[in-house]
Amino acid sequence: MTAKEQERYYQQEIETMSPEALFALQSERLLASVTNCYANIPFYKRSMDAMGVKPGDIGSVEDLGKLPFTTKQDLRNAYPFGLFAIDVRDRVQRLHASSGTTGNATVCGYTQQDINNWGDCFARTIAQVGGGSESIIQIAYGYGLFTGGLGAHEGGIRSGATILPMGSGNTRRQVQMMNDFGSDILACTPSYALLIADTAIEMGYDPAKDFKLSAAILGAEPWSQGMREEIEDKLGVMAVDIYGLSEVMGPGVSCECRAQNGLHVAEDHFIIEILDPETLKPVPDGEFGEVVFTTLTKECSPLLRYQTRDISRILPGECSCGRTLRRMDRISGRTDDMLIIRGVNVFPSQFQQAIADFIEVTNHYEIILTKKDQLDMVELRVETVPDFDFDEIRRIESLQQRIAAELKSSLQISVKVSIVEPKSLVRSTGKAKRVIDERQL
Amino acid sequence: MPTQVTVFLENEQGRLAAMCRTLADANVNMSALTVADTASYGVARLLVDKPGDALAALAEAGYRVRLVDVSAVEIPNVPGSLALLLEAFDKAGLNLEYAYCFESGKEGVVVVFRAENIEGIADIVESLGYRLLKSADL
Repeated sequence: MTAKEQERYYQQEIETMSPEALFALQSERLLASVTNCYANIPFYKRSMDAMGVKPGDIGSVEDLGKLPFTTKQDLRNAYPFGLFAIDVRDRVQRLHASSGTTGNATVCGYTQQDINNWGDCFARTIAQVGGGSESIIQIAYGYGLFTGGLGAHEGGIRSGATILPMGSGNTRRQVQMMNDFGSDILACTPSYALLIADTAIEMGYDPAKDFKLSAAILGAEPWSQGMREEIEDKLGVMAVDIYGLSEVMGPGVSCECRAQNGLHVAEDHFIIEILDPETLKPVPDGEFGEVVFTTLTKECSPLLRYQTRDISRILPGECSCGRTLRRMDRISGRTDDMLIIRGVNVFPSQFQQAIADFIEVTNHYEIILTKKDQLDMVELRVETVPDFDFDEIRRIESLQQRIAAELKSSLQISVKVSIVEPKSLVRSTGKAKRVIDERQL
Repeated sequence: MPTQVTVFLENEQGRLAAMCRTLADANVNMSALTVADTASYGVARLLVDKPGDALAALAEAGYRVRLVDVSAVEIPNVPGSLALLLEAFDKAGLNLEYAYCFESGKEGVVVVFRAENIEGIADIVESLGYRLLKSADL
């Protein structure tokens, strides 16, 4: 049997749809969604009128560029229900809200159909890791206004799986039940998955051997490839990345399959655009930019061209799993962090990714930007791990050259790599200051 | 084999002094020090009386520090004795990464070096009538 034949689908006809059929479906749904926005949400009527565009002008997905953008601030300004297309006391079944630590919370409403669609998106993920109605899924995301717990829960319902609704916390009990009940799939944040693994080990288990667990669906925070490997090793699972925003829906907007090479976007429910953060024009597939979503089927809280501020790219080419839904790369940063170096858009996280493969250096780094003869100069400062044998200078030089070569190939810019003493790199429990921009712009 | 302490130092004013102060405060005595410098950093190699204490004190103070096995040979303090030794190494295909010397007593010089492949060194040294040193000899 080939890998393709073993592949499990939840909605095969959609997940393996031809690009032409998908284009037709998206175009049809886009018109309906734009019509819904224009007719029922005064904000969208105003912004579309200001641009001189009517729903009838949207003939296909190609007309997407005619539509107005939506920002997080627009959502905050509309607090609480200003962007609902349906009265909150009418068909709205549930409300979710973001934390609102930096302003008003953003509130989204879901009709039963919205919830079902959401469940379908998450259920695809469950199938993507080989699960289904026979699986026990342990949900260790928080339940509540946060979309993680209930999003995974709806996915469990739609896939027919047995749901173990643990919520987050009470980690020893999580471990005990994971062992006693024989959970197959764990859904939580990557850092919590690691805590569960470490707690299990502390309790005397070898989760990789003792537990039935075979997959982990992890999201809601950024994580590295190194962290993935650690989770996979310790828990003996395949760990896949799931992406979603509460404004757009919640977890399941996109998710990795077993190929673990990009997250398939639920393109029957969302149109993804990758735009240059400066010009807001589309960038070619493969290039990084801001992720922008337009919802196609949401009844209560539809969004037109929502600027997520997340940075990713479309991975060109076909996926080995047989799904035709396009893949986005894992989130590599935020537009707020973007640097423009010699005209190239670069994100600090790209430096982090580039050095992640070098076991000789730690994950602490600093990027120093200066100007020399009107040219941007980039220095990356890293420190070696305590085990690195620097006694022979050529080892240090070789390390510098290899890192510089990797950066050159992944960022397309020349970077001077400096090895520094540990004391030189600021350590911070919070958000470390990674970039020192000394250019006088 | 003798143990050398190797310390990574940024090329900044006072850094070597600070390292020495750290060792002094740990009551570690140095018998040899050499610094290989590049534009942005230096690598200090030292022989001390208590390598373990030096490692602990420097690591505690935040230095990148390694203990390294090196070879040490005592040769006569006369013209040509080092040339003889190195020619013999060369003949045996032995490639030195680095080397440094210091006087020991009135008649002797100690050559410290690190080589890629040290098999057969003892025989070469003995054939010249020189002495391969152990940790305790330094």
